[in-house]
Amino acid sequence: MSSQVHGTQHFDKTKRAALKFSDEAMRTAEDLISHYPDGKQKSALLPILHIAQAEFGGWLSPEAMDYVASILKIKPIEVFEVASFYTMYNLKPMGKCILEVCQTSSCWLNGAEDIVKYIEGKLNIKVGETTKDGMFSLKVAECLGSCGTAPMLQCGASYHENLTYDKVDKLIEDYRSEGKLKSYTDLDYKNTL
Amino acid sequence: MGKKLLIHNDKVPGIETLEVYRAHGGYASVEKALKTMTPDQVTDEVKKSGLRGRGGAGFPTGLKWSFLAKPEGVARYLVCNADESEPGTFKDRYLMEVIPHALIEGMITSSYALGAKTSYIYIRGEYFYVARIMEKAIAEAYAAGWLGANILGSGFTHDCYVQVGGGAYICGEETALLESLEGKRGNPRIKPPFPAVAGLWGCPTVVNNVETIAAVCPIVNMGGEEYAKIGIGKSTGTKLISASGHINKPGVYEIELGLPVEEFIYSEEYCGGIRNGKKMKAVVAGGSSVPILPTELILKTAKGEPRLMTYESLADGGFVTGTMLGSGGFIVMDEDTSIVKNLFTFTRFYHHESCGQCSPCREGTGWMEKILKKFLNGTANESDVDLLWDIQSKIEGKTICPLGEAAAWPVAAAIRHFKQEFLDVARSKKFVDVSHYNRLYKVNT
Repeated sequence: MSSQVHGTQHFDKTKRAALKFSDEAMRTAEDLISHYPDGKQKSALLPILHIAQAEFGGWLSPEAMDYVASILKIKPIEVFEVASFYTMYNLKPMGKCILEVCQTSSCWLNGAEDIVKYIEGKLNIKVGETTKDGMFSLKVAECLGSCGTAPMLQCGASYHENLTYDKVDKLIEDYRSEGKLKSYTDLDYKNTL
Repeated sequence: MGKKLLIHNDKVPGIETLEVYRAHGGYASVEKALKTMTPDQVTDEVKKSGLRGRGGAGFPTGLKWSFLAKPEGVARYLVCNADESEPGTFKDRYLMEVIPHALIEGMITSSYALGAKTSYIYIRGEYFYVARIMEKAIAEAYAAGWLGANILGSGFTHDCYVQVGGGAYICGEETALLESLEGKRGNPRIKPPFPAVAGLWGCPTVVNNVETIAAVCPIVNMGGEEYAKIGIGKSTGTKLISASGHINKPGVYEIELGLPVEEFIYSEEYCGGIRNGKKMKAVVAGGSSVPILPTELILKTAKGEPRLMTYESLADGGFVTGTMLGSGGFIVMDEDTSIVKNLFTFTRFYHHESCGQCSPCREGTGWMEKILKKFLNGTANESDVDLLWDIQSKIEGKTICPLGEAAAWPVAAAIRHFKQEFLDVARSKKFVDVSHYNRLYKVNT
C-alpha cells in the first residue's frame, strides 16, 4: 500500500492547498475534537478520517491525510500510520459504490462465495477491481457482525442482509438508478449532531 | 420460557426512544443509584451479582471495577467496548440497535459507581449506522437531563461520547481499543500496567463490553443477590447468544445461564433445530476463537452429563473435550460442512486481523492460512496436518495479546476432533465442497 501512496502518487503541495472541508464537515470535526480533553485532539483522528474520505472522493490521498494532520495539529506520519492500519480507509481511488461481501464462517456457510462469484459475473470485475465506469468496486470483508442474517454485504453505511441473487440484482440496480450514487458520503456523518 | 433482563422489551414499538424506554421502567437504575446508593454500594451489588464479563473472557466485573486506581485529582474513565468483531457474534449490535438507552443507562450507573465523569462508547467502524442510533439516543438523554451536569440534582456530572473505529478486529482487545481511542494504530499494549491503573491517556480506566454494562441496570434494580439466584453456580444471570449457521431460526436470544445446549439448539423457542432436516456435525459455541466441538461432545460432556450453557459446563474437560462460552457467538454446522474449509475461513480471518506486532502471530497465522489453502487446492500432504499442529502450538502463549491464542485454538481443536477429515482431503488430493446453499436459489436459479 505504501508504494502506492509514496511511489506512484507523488505528494503535491498545490493539490493540498485546494483541499478543504465544507463548513458543515469542519463543524462536525470541531465538535468531535471537543469530545476529548485539551491536548488529546489526536483522539478524533479515526472519525475525522472517515469525514475526510467522504469529503474527498471516497479515498485518502497523501494530500488529504496531510490536511487532516493540519486540522489536528499532528505530524502527517501519525495520520498515515493510522490510515494504513485500518481496513476502512482507502489509500487509492475506489468506485463510488463499494460492495464489501463478508466471507467469514457464518457467511461462508450460507453461500458468500456464490454471492461473490455472482457479483463478479454481473459487474464483470474481480474482487479488488473497479468497474470501468468507476461506479462499483468489489471487495471481500472479514466478519461484519451479521452472522444471523448471512450472507450479507455492506455498501457505505448500509447493511444488505439475507442476500439472494435477486436481492443482489435489485440493490445494484437501485444504486445505479439513483443517479447520485451512494458512496462514503452515505455514512451520513453530517447528522452527527 | 427463561427469564429475560436485557432484551425483554425488544419487540415494544418505539423502545428505541427515550419516552417509550422510560415508560417501560427505563433509567430506574440511575434513579436508584444516584438517589439512594453510594458509588461503593453500587460496586458491591455488582460484586454480589457474580456478573462476569460478557465480551468473552468472563472475568468477574465487580472485581475488575474494584481494581480501579483512584488517585486524587486524576480523571477516571469508563470505556464501553462495542467493537464487536468476533466471528459469529452480533448480540451487542442487536442490543444497541434495538434498545440504545439500555446501554446509556448502564453507562451512567456504572460511571457513577466508578467515579468516571466521562465515558466513551467505542463502536467498530462498520457499525456506522449503529453509532448514529447511539448518538441520537445520547442526544435525547442529554435533553432530558440524564446526561450532563448535576444529574437528578445528585451532584453527579457525566458526559458520554461515541467514537467509531476504522475496521480492525484487534481493537476488541482492551488495550488496543484504548490505543485506537487515542487516535493510534490498534497495537495491544504490554501488561502490566493494566488499564485499571494506566488506561486511556494514562488515566485509570475500566473497559467493559456492551452487554456487561447493560446488565448493571437489572442488577442495581433487583439487587445483586437476586440476580445471583438466576443461573447456576458461578454462571449467574442471563446471557445474550448470537445463533447462526445451519439452523432454522438464526438470531439473538437471551437465555438464563444453565440452559441445556441441546434444548437451545433444538427447541422452537430458540434455534429451532437444523435446517433442511439435516443432522448436526459440529458447533463453535462462543465465537470463532473457541474450540470447535463435534455433536457428541457439544451435547454431552466426556463424562456423559448433559452440556449446559454455562461458563463451567462448556469448559468441562478442558480443551481436550470441552470448549468455552466465550462471547456467545454460537455457530452451528450441518453434516455436509467441511471442517477443513471452515477452518480456512477462520485462519484467513486471523491472518487478516493480526496487528503484526508479534512475530509468532504475524507469521504463524499466514503460514497456517497458506497450508490450509493447500488442502483446498488439493496439494496438501498428510504431513501438513502435523505441520499445522506444530505451528499453532508455537503461537499460543507467545504473544502480547490473546489474538495468538484466538488464532491457534480453532486450528488445534479442528485437528483434535476432525483429524481424519484433514487426512482424507490430503490423501485424495482433491477438495470437494458439498455444502448446501439452497437459500440463494430460492428465488433465482
